[in-house]
Amino acid sequence: MITDRQVETSIALLLRAGVLLAAVVVLFGGILYLAHEGNVHADYRLFHGEPENLRAPSLVLRGAFTGTPKAIIELGLLLLILTPIARVAFSVIAFAAERDYMYVIMTLVVLAVLLYSLLGG
Amino acid sequence: MHVTVFTVILFLGSLCAGFLGALTGLGGGVVIVPLLTLAFGIDIRYAIGASLVSVIATSSGAAAAYVREGYSNIRIGMFLEIATTFGALAGAYLATQLPTKIIAIIFGMALLVSAYFSSREPAEASPSEKPDSLAHWLKLEGSYPVGDSERLYRARRVPLGFGVMFGAGTLSGLLGIGSGAMKVLAMDQAMGLPFKVSTTTSNFMIGVTAAASAGIYLSRGFLDPGLAMPVMLGVLGGSMLGAKVLVRAPSHSLRIVFAMVIVALGIEMIFNAMKGRL
Repeated sequence: MITDRQVETSIALLLRAGVLLAAVVVLFGGILYLAHEGNVHADYRLFHGEPENLRAPSLVLRGAFTGTPKAIIELGLLLLILTPIARVAFSVIAFAAERDYMYVIMTLVVLAVLLYSLLGG
Repeated sequence: MHVTVFTVILFLGSLCAGFLGALTGLGGGVVIVPLLTLAFGIDIRYAIGASLVSVIATSSGAAAAYVREGYSNIRIGMFLEIATTFGALAGAYLATQLPTKIIAIIFGMALLVSAYFSSREPAEASPSEKPDSLAHWLKLEGSYPVGDSERLYRARRVPLGFGVMFGAGTLSGLLGIGSGAMKVLAMDQAMGLPFKVSTTTSNFMIGVTAAASAGIYLSRGFLDPGLAMPVMLGVLGGSMLGAKVLVRAPSHSLRIVFAMVIVALGIEMIFNAMKGRL
């Protein structure tokens, strides 16, 4: 029998691993970014919004694998956003294992909101 | 200013913000947005994007410590996340629509209110004794360790708590903050849950709430990699340091000092927004 406490402990480890992975990817991308664009003038006074290739998850992924520094950082941010989403997905399974279908449905609602947002809202 | 210098300064500033956020329990987001907008003149939409990312990082990173204590309630958290995630979506949409001036004024007011709550001694709400059938049906109950025994608790005023949580989610999505103080308020004041259960469950909810608006921020171009990188790494590092240093709750006088800083930042945000500088 799995206890709630054990489920929570594995969830917490999952979260920590996700954050660490995201931080490593962001740091790696950040070093490349500074090496490439460290001497450029920084200006964030006016909001232009990020270019299209840093907005859609699929394009971020493609950019990161071609070695674009900014896309690698953005991939790290994407991994970070995915971490709590993975936590919720994991909870669906945990509630299903306990046969608590009311909470399976509630957790699926939360998961749906998260995925809707991630896929562009 | 060159990108490298700018990145290093931002990293150090975020490190301090994360450290202070962990020490005071307010989180890094409350300090990071005023820092980015007032000190660096960064557009508030980039600032709340970077702040929200750091909120996800600190909340998820701290989860292991909270679970070990055994106070957080996974069902209460998940049920209330329905309210906070829908609220966060609404807040994120508002952030993409509202003029930056209005966002800055709301941010300033949120600072003033959180200063008030952080200076107050946490009051333990009396655990409810009367049975609440809705809370029972939703299984919003549990127990927590007190010495050698377990103390039982059950939520009450569920619709009120749910409503306040929707508001907390909206503020989180609109301002790029964790809105942990308001989540705690919904649980311990509105729903009569024990304070320890409220604070740990709140931390557990912050990351999920923030992830619900982060997707909207990403697709609307609020998440700038050059800015989010030093802010996320700095706040995460600072909050981990803060959690190591923090062995007991900060003294009353430290909370008062911090509350005064928050009040000053809040007034500065509102003043600058009125002048059209934010």
